Amino acid sequence: MSETNNKFEAGIKSNALKAPQRVVFITPKTSAQVKERSDRQLMSYPHLMLRELIAFEVLTILLVVVALVWDAPLEQLANPLLTPNPAKAPWYFLGLQELLHYFPPLVAGIVIPGFVVVALVVIPYFNVNIKGEPVWAADRSRRFLSFIASVGLLLVFLGLYRAWTVLVPTVAIAGLTIVSFFQLKRPHRLITFLQTRPLSWWVMTWFIAVALTLTVVGTFFRGPGWSWVWPWR
Amino acid sequence: MTTEEMLNRLRATRAWMSIFRRGPARTNRTRSLAIFGNVFLHLLPVKVREQSLRVRATYYLGTISFFMFVVLTLTGIFLMFYYHPAAPQAYLDMKDLRFVVSNGVFLRNMHRVAAHIMVIAVFWHMFHVFYRGGYRPPHEFNWAIGVVLLLLTLLLSYTGYLLPWDQLAFWAITVGTNILSSAPFVGPQLRYLLLGGNLVGENALLRFYVLHCVILPLLAALLIAVHFWRIRKDGGLTVGESNERDK
Repeated sequence: MSETNNKFEAGIKSNALKAPQRVVFITPKTSAQVKERSDRQLMSYPHLMLRELIAFEVLTILLVVVALVWDAPLEQLANPLLTPNPAKAPWYFLGLQELLHYFPPLVAGIVIPGFVVVALVVIPYFNVNIKGEPVWAADRSRRFLSFIASVGLLLVFLGLYRAWTVLVPTVAIAGLTIVSFFQLKRPHRLITFLQTRPLSWWVMTWFIAVALTLTVVGTFFRGPGWSWVWPWR
Repeated sequence: MTTEEMLNRLRATRAWMSIFRRGPARTNRTRSLAIFGNVFLHLLPVKVREQSLRVRATYYLGTISFFMFVVLTLTGIFLMFYYHPAAPQAYLDMKDLRFVVSNGVFLRNMHRVAAHIMVIAVFWHMFHVFYRGGYRPPHEFNWAIGVVLLLLTLLLSYTGYLLPWDQLAFWAITVGTNILSSAPFVGPQLRYLLLGGNLVGENALLRFYVLHCVILPLLAALLIAVHFWRIRKDGGLTVGESNERDK
């Protein structure tokens, strides 16, 4: 049977002598189909429909209020001969523009965003750490050393390019990862939370921290010639 | 006659039955029919887990993203009545929206605010789904569709950015498309294809207009439909299956 080849589906153990009690094997935390479904089910109509309707109404009211008080900007007519300083992309691309300030266009504009998109699509297909094991769950010292080595290399690279706005959030998240490595006698709730995080969680959190920092810096802290400015001055 | 009686009488009429193919949704059978007997609603599951309806399970981020798309489509259609994709007429149309068209400012504000919220909501939706473990099998293909929808959202927002044809629009698009031209081998050609020239000009405005109003929204609507349908096919939302081991 093909089902038994797929480790994410339930299969029937045929050797009754080896496992007399068990009838079905369920790998925990794998797929929605093999999970035990004890929780109550409700009819989508009306339960889901009503909630969606309420959400739509609340959102409409909020949108109208914001649209009444916050005017869309309109500057002078487009003029190819008059370059504003700095010329900024839309806010969601300002992280990329900030990267462009440090790295060559091919790396910052094509390689890094391309890599992020491909990684996001491809990674779920490799079933990496499907159980969500914490980073420091096993093989602690070796993992810690390779973590220190790879983050160290990354930091040296970022330092050489003087990419401070990438380096600072990287140091912050790496610092938290290192904190979560040590087993304290009475860990704070936050520390316990961090200690149970898998590697994917750390990578995503690092990515969000860097993207957020770059976007905020690009939006508020960059002035003429992409120099550092304080927004309140 | 109360409102409910009136509604019930309406629901029993031949015209109502011919449109909705069911009577009043009093039994679970007719409630199921309300979902799978409707070409749009049949994308959704007939039953949902109670857990997945909780606000904390999803924060309704997908709903918010979808609703922003609906608002953007409606306000976008209204804006199209007052807009010509030509330079400098596009800019003059913006001035008309401000000073001549009734509620023109409000219409434009609504479109712009919804666009910003949609970008934020789609990003947040993706991060939330990731932390919930929603990309794991059997959801990996729907996750991939979601990534494409994120890119479409960004492209929709970006192509719309040029349309007011003011300084902000012109230079933002110039900066963005310059990044594109640094792609290996095909960069400059890609930029030429997108702009219809070597500089941001009238051709670029027309191309961005067609992308913004026709091609990208159609693609997005199509993928949104698949995205919803796959939630049902993949066995519902991933709730209680998160990375969090807090049981």
